[in-house]
Amino acid sequence: MKRLSGFLLFSLLCLALPIFFPDNYYVTVVGLTVFVNITLAVSLNLLMGYAGQISLGHAAFFGLGAYSSAILTIKYGLNPWLAMLAGAIMVLVLSYVLSRPILKLKGHYLAMATLGLGIIVHIFFVQADELTGGPDGISGLPELSIFGFAINSDIRWYFVLCSYMLISVLFSLNLADSRAGRALSAVHGSEIAAQMMGIDTAKVKSHIFVFSALMACIAGSLFAHQQDFVSPESFSFFFSIELVTMVVLGGLGSTFGAIVGAFILSILPELLIVFEDFEVLIFGAILMIIMIFLPEGLFVALKNKVSETLAKSKEAV
Amino acid sequence: MDQLLQFIISGLTVGSIYALVALGFSIIYNASDVVNFAQGEFVMIGAMSAIFLMKAGLSYPLSAFLAIGITAAVGLALEKFAIEPAKNATVVTTIIITIGASIFLRGAALLIWGKEIYGLPPFTSNNPIQIGNATILPQNLWVMLGTAITVLGVKYFFDHTRMGKAILACSYNKKAAYLVGINVKRMLLISYGLSAALGAAAGLLVTPITFMSYGAGVMLGLKGFCAAILGGMGNSMGAVLGGLILGLVETVGAGFISSGYKDAIAFFVIMLVLFIKPSGILGKGETERV
Amino acid sequence: MALLEVRELEKHFGGLKAVSHLSFSVEENMIFSIIGPNGAGKTTLFNLLTNIYSPTSGSIFFDSKEITHLPPYRIARLGISRTFQNLQVFLNMNALENVMVGCHLRSKAGLISSALRLPSVIEEEKKVRQMALEALDFCGLAHVAHSPASSLPYGILKKLEIARSLAAKPRLLLMDEPAAGLNDTETAELCQLIRQIRDSGITVLLVEHNMSLVMEISQQILVLNYGQLLAQGTPEEVQKNQEVIAAYLGE
Repeated sequence: MKRLSGFLLFSLLCLALPIFFPDNYYVTVVGLTVFVNITLAVSLNLLMGYAGQISLGHAAFFGLGAYSSAILTIKYGLNPWLAMLAGAIMVLVLSYVLSRPILKLKGHYLAMATLGLGIIVHIFFVQADELTGGPDGISGLPELSIFGFAINSDIRWYFVLCSYMLISVLFSLNLADSRAGRALSAVHGSEIAAQMMGIDTAKVKSHIFVFSALMACIAGSLFAHQQDFVSPESFSFFFSIELVTMVVLGGLGSTFGAIVGAFILSILPELLIVFEDFEVLIFGAILMIIMIFLPEGLFVALKNKVSETLAKSKEAV
Repeated sequence: MDQLLQFIISGLTVGSIYALVALGFSIIYNASDVVNFAQGEFVMIGAMSAIFLMKAGLSYPLSAFLAIGITAAVGLALEKFAIEPAKNATVVTTIIITIGASIFLRGAALLIWGKEIYGLPPFTSNNPIQIGNATILPQNLWVMLGTAITVLGVKYFFDHTRMGKAILACSYNKKAAYLVGINVKRMLLISYGLSAALGAAAGLLVTPITFMSYGAGVMLGLKGFCAAILGGMGNSMGAVLGGLILGLVETVGAGFISSGYKDAIAFFVIMLVLFIKPSGILGKGETERV
Repeated sequence: MALLEVRELEKHFGGLKAVSHLSFSVEENMIFSIIGPNGAGKTTLFNLLTNIYSPTSGSIFFDSKEITHLPPYRIARLGISRTFQNLQVFLNMNALENVMVGCHLRSKAGLISSALRLPSVIEEEKKVRQMALEALDFCGLAHVAHSPASSLPYGILKKLEIARSLAAKPRLLLMDEPAAGLNDTETAELCQLIRQIRDSGITVLLVEHNMSLVMEISQQILVLNYGQLLAQGTPEEVQKNQEVIAAYLGE
């Protein structure tokens, strides 16, 4: 069970926190945002970190999930779970159709195309106001309940979002050392060599794009119900960039790196609020400094440091 | 028909601005393989500096001149303190660094200039000129003229001056350039300075028409990136062409479809182009060597 | 019929005829070498055989099936594997994982079952690990199994590519300059390894500049010059061929 020891420790920590700090603002309010962001960062890391395909439009799928739930439940009175399913099916089809032409592109061209996708979807949220409520968004989503058990308090949402997050993390860790995960890394390492090993690289990239989009889409549905409100602001270009930053900040390709990155970027604004107008400036500076001096990411740099020290102390013995 | 003419005039005006931003993108990309997401902030800084220098009582031309200088200095600083220390960074890392820089510069602008929206007076009297039923503002002409002169100047610089050629040499092959005695580090710096100055020029030209605020650079930067891709990343004249085309398409599209979807149209076109021809209009396809 | 058959293959890059008018066939279970001066079109030929470049005209048959226009991964599925002149090792993985990628075609876990880590996946993973270790061991690399590929020296990486290809259990292995950059000891080991590969039932197609290696191990040699076939025969025949001597010495 050594493979999952980190995961078990992390799960235990997440699940135990609200027991010890049931009324702490950072646990029951900020914690929810942190879980959603971790899920999104982990899903984006599958695409960016594992398969090496940059996406500057991940927020689009998150938003499509959220808006599907909001629109289908409020305007069409659909059952929340059915609405979530319908949203997922729509994102499945959309991401699959787009995946092939988009992922044929590489480097800056891929960055541009995914950026374009994110911006188009965001503009749609703002402009299609009959459907989406325009810039004001939509509020008043019905309550989500699991087998008649209503999820109607922060602490209940804590456990729902935490569970979904942990499932995403587990999937990501499972993939890391598996045939499918290695195929992704192979695509990242050398597409030509991957093809020569019999990997259908176009298919592999397309599948992980869809998988990652679906994870984000469902996170979006849950987020919409939890917030009881959706508006375009939450799914803008800036949020896509923030997600990329989370993944890279922690360490591209590492699931725990994505977790650490998402955690820091979710907490940072809370901490920087005291600086008021300086917040934006400091945020940009931190981002630059970390990327310049620790390009491999905070978590990965730390991990390498620790294993280096361990190796040295072993030699010393 | 008159309506179309009007759209073409506005399209070429905004296209000129995109062209300048894209040209800046292209210069930095050529010099350092970095897609500079802070390019739009150069536009904003150029315009905002000029606005506040004028408020401080300086004349328009002097303010404009100093604003370009200030922005160029910001460009130099970006290269010196953010790009140069991050040697061997991957594409993704440099993207994040420049995004960080863009946030940082926006944050600085917010602190210095606040959240208000400002404008600049037009360069000359702003009596509209009628052509049929279409109107041209003199400032539209200034934008196009200013862009044309700047682009030709840049082209001359790269084609005919020693320093321009040295920068080009660096972009083809840094090692070889270094071996023939070119100061590669300095050329990189100059590229960033030049690119920032171009951004500032774009800001000065456009602000009399569209106004400026601390966050207005973002979309301009992204559109410039679009235009650079459209023209084929790294192809300077392609970038200019891409900018003009993007401006035209987006204005005409917005005019006939819906102005709310103006930006969406631009990005939609860019995606379509990428799906059909991934290397842009003037870009060459790359073949991988094995 | 021969294992690999090339008919009237042509590849033009603009006006340059990198390969022209080329026909030859490779019988099963032999070491078949392709030699020729720099720029003779050897690597281009490999890229054509694996459809990394598509030919201007002509056709390629493997085991009587036409593969000319199949994508590389489908060519690999039919039993062709290759190594690369400028290494294409997956530097983001360790040595063992590199070779485990080589087992891709011999395993089948998909994205969803891998994410869920179904019992069948765990079972298969064990087998794949075993197969990969065997391939590493075959190439004498068992000791570096857990080292990150990025930390390994050049000579080892060259062998690692061979191990990765072998893990796919190909019927035909294309090796592009495996001896380039190796010292004498390493070359001697390589010579031994190539023989063992052939003896295990894999046909080897070799592009190589090291003439003593080529002459020592090949059954058939094909000489390319300016993309055209200059001569073909046993090492003895090729060595005596006047045209070959002229091409190499450069009139």
